Amino acid sequence: MSQGKFALTINRKPVSVTTDADKPLLWVLREELKMPGTKFGCGQGLCGACTVLLDGQAVRSCQTPVSAAAGHKITTIEGATALPQGAKLVDMWREIDVPQCGYCQAGQILSATALLLANPKPSDEEIDAGMNGNLCRCATYLRIRRAIRKAAELADVTGDAA
Amino acid sequence: MSAVIDRRGFMAASLVGAGALAFEARIALAETPGAVPLNAFIRIGADNKVIIGSKNPEIGQGIRTMLPMLIAEELDLSWDQVVIEPTLANDKIYGVQSAGGSNSTPNNWLPMRQVGAAARAMILSAAAKEWGVGAASLTTAAGKVSHAASGRTAPYAAFARGAAGETAPDLAKVALKDPSRFSIIGQSKIGVDTVAITQGKPLFGIDVDMPGLIHGAIIKAPAHGATIASHDAGTALKRKGVIAVVPVNSNSVAPGKFDTLVVVADSWWTAKNAREAVKVTWDDAAQQGFSTEAYDKGAAAAFAAGPQIAHAKNGDVAKALAGAAKTITADYSYPFLAHGTLEPQNCTGRWADGKLEIWAPSQAPNNGRNDTAAMLGIKGEDITIHQTRIGGGFGRRLINDYMVMVAQVAKALPGKPVKILFDRTDDLRHDYYRPAGWHRFTAGLDAKGDLVAFRDHFVSFGKDGKPIRAAEMSPFEFPVNVLADSEIGITYLPTNLATGWLRAPTSNAVSFVYQSFMDEIAQAAGIDLPELMRRTLGAPRDLAVVPGRPVLHSGRARAVIEGVCKMANWQGGKLTPGPKGEKRGRGFGFYFSHRGYFAEVVDITITEGNNVRVDKVWACGDIGSQIINPINARHQVQGAVNEGLGQGMVEQKIEQVKGVVQAESFGDFPLIRIEQVPREIAVQFLKTDYPPTGLGEPSLPPVIPALANAIFAATGQRLRQLPLKLA
Repeated sequence: MSQGKFALTINRKPVSVTTDADKPLLWVLREELKMPGTKFGCGQGLCGACTVLLDGQAVRSCQTPVSAAAGHKITTIEGATALPQGAKLVDMWREIDVPQCGYCQAGQILSATALLLANPKPSDEEIDAGMNGNLCRCATYLRIRRAIRKAAELADVTGDAA
Repeated sequence: MSAVIDRRGFMAASLVGAGALAFEARIALAETPGAVPLNAFIRIGADNKVIIGSKNPEIGQGIRTMLPMLIAEELDLSWDQVVIEPTLANDKIYGVQSAGGSNSTPNNWLPMRQVGAAARAMILSAAAKEWGVGAASLTTAAGKVSHAASGRTAPYAAFARGAAGETAPDLAKVALKDPSRFSIIGQSKIGVDTVAITQGKPLFGIDVDMPGLIHGAIIKAPAHGATIASHDAGTALKRKGVIAVVPVNSNSVAPGKFDTLVVVADSWWTAKNAREAVKVTWDDAAQQGFSTEAYDKGAAAAFAAGPQIAHAKNGDVAKALAGAAKTITADYSYPFLAHGTLEPQNCTGRWADGKLEIWAPSQAPNNGRNDTAAMLGIKGEDITIHQTRIGGGFGRRLINDYMVMVAQVAKALPGKPVKILFDRTDDLRHDYYRPAGWHRFTAGLDAKGDLVAFRDHFVSFGKDGKPIRAAEMSPFEFPVNVLADSEIGITYLPTNLATGWLRAPTSNAVSFVYQSFMDEIAQAAGIDLPELMRRTLGAPRDLAVVPGRPVLHSGRARAVIEGVCKMANWQGGKLTPGPKGEKRGRGFGFYFSHRGYFAEVVDITITEGNNVRVDKVWACGDIGSQIINPINARHQVQGAVNEGLGQGMVEQKIEQVKGVVQAESFGDFPLIRIEQVPREIAVQFLKTDYPPTGLGEPSLPPVIPALANAIFAATGQRLRQLPLKLA
């Protein structure tokens, strides 16, 4: 495995790491940069727990070699509130208490941030399509929808009305 | 057991460890500078913040928030002065500390309140001495003591040192608040870690880090129960960063045997990759014959031969069936299931000076201590266990294989903290599975359409005539327990798989088969399932159950059935077709489990491509007199409903070939996704005069048959196998 020195911009701060070129960004964040907010769920891009933003696009950091992340602007959960969409989402996530176990929520918040960056007023179908790659084993999905709607300043739908 | 005795049963103060109020426990926790410990759960800071220890594992069920609410209520605190921290796992001090069986609420409802009330009494005694007045003349509110006659008010912090010197009152005798005075219990409180979760703070087992931490990836025998015949780690050990390859016993094979190799390296990424360079041969001849195909054949042969064991036998079913006006027969089945917690199994340990320190995402950490002590041949008290937040439990982490394994690695590498982490395939292939099962039913109706005979031949897994873990079946399953002529017979098949508890264990499967078959009986009787349930449950009374198990009260059952029918305006399963003529239907299910009563209604539409879309779910539950944290209660029900829908709708099943589980990841073991859950899940709780009981589990079981019954109503197809698949 070829070692290299990679210049990354994470949450607006430049950092440099010397590591294997094919080491996934997920493990560079967790093990080398001591940023554990980004989570390991499957290592195959199927669960979305490791979602980060690369130039505002949601990517699976477990499938992104560090060499491919170099030179791009990376946003992780630790810096999500620096984006206005991220800040609003995080506020709503807290206000309606979205998490149960909480393990998937960093990935959920970043996917939601990417969704609102691309589409400030998503329809219900667009919310589901935008979030469908992120598994929540506790199935907090009704609140994920609601928090996104509230952050996008759409009409509040609780999903629990009789 | 009658309801009255049940109520008393929850009152046992002994559920808190005998040492909870002992001086030693206070010393053990007196680490926060300036904070004074009053007992094992409570420390008062100089700033009048009150640090409350939360003793039970947090898996997303909200217990870490809820138990301190009980203490804070009786201690008369304002919620914003409360700081919550997890306690160590130590059952000698804290009593039972497990997340299982929806037991935390019933087991702690009184003891935690008593702990808070005892601390309040100690503060009052200290304040009375300080001010030279009678304790009875003092009042408390929002963390302050007041003396009305002299107009004095002071924060608890002013009396903390004095209170710490007071003798703790008898927990069983301490006075508790009347519920009408509750100001925290019954008010929605946001989860204790919600803010930290949204900040990406290290909370979970996988996030444990410390200087010098090294990492282990596992190579476990592909066929459960197989052992290492030989291995060669020479090439792997030459790789940069690889430190050791340690054979361990995951607690699944005989003492002295090993079934797992742990590859240890300076990073988990390195360890995981180095696994490919390790050569292992397995002793797995005994596991080769076990497969999904063999189990299906075994079940068919069992049905043909009849049951091995008479499990429940009331009256004369054969005679009752012979005399029935109508008989109904059907075969049902469900697969093995993995838990698929999103945080893969992991654990961190450090061995130094003959003692072990553990950081564990475990639902039953004190069991883990026992297992680990036995494996290492050390004393339980030489193991210190820190409780991390847990990225999903669902029963998987009631088993402590990861703790037992990391302990062996830590002991082999003394002085070095080491964390082991499963990858996703390890996690799915080395689970403790919900056992598969098969049921052959026969029921008889009399001329009036009443259910008069019922027979179940249940086939699942066991050894020597006994069920293996989580494969048991109640001999008092409704309606067997209310019919004069009813029986359950059992055949146990062998398996090499390890089985375990999955959220609402046994109930998640039994509810599907029993309430689906009851729907078939209702159809045959020309009525709907709620009506059949009313008739069969009969007058309000306690129904026969396993001695020592919670009682099923038919009146409480009928009330939630009425409740959900009202919520959903139930008029039967037929619904008018959708705007494009899509078939629609509605189904009902009721189940009693873990002391909780739930009736649920599901509305579905059959969409293009013959897919099932769940439109809306209604859930009506009775878990007693008090919903402690309403927002969390609603969320628990919604999550459980979605999880149950997932077991029904998505292709969730664990299959086996030559002893080896085939699932690799979430591609072939899918979880329900956001597109598949309903837009609305309406939740209502009936308040009844029973002590509060747990909510992690009982709302899950009824939604699975309600879904299957809705599919029948929409399509006429009776789906008798999980996962449900339309023809």
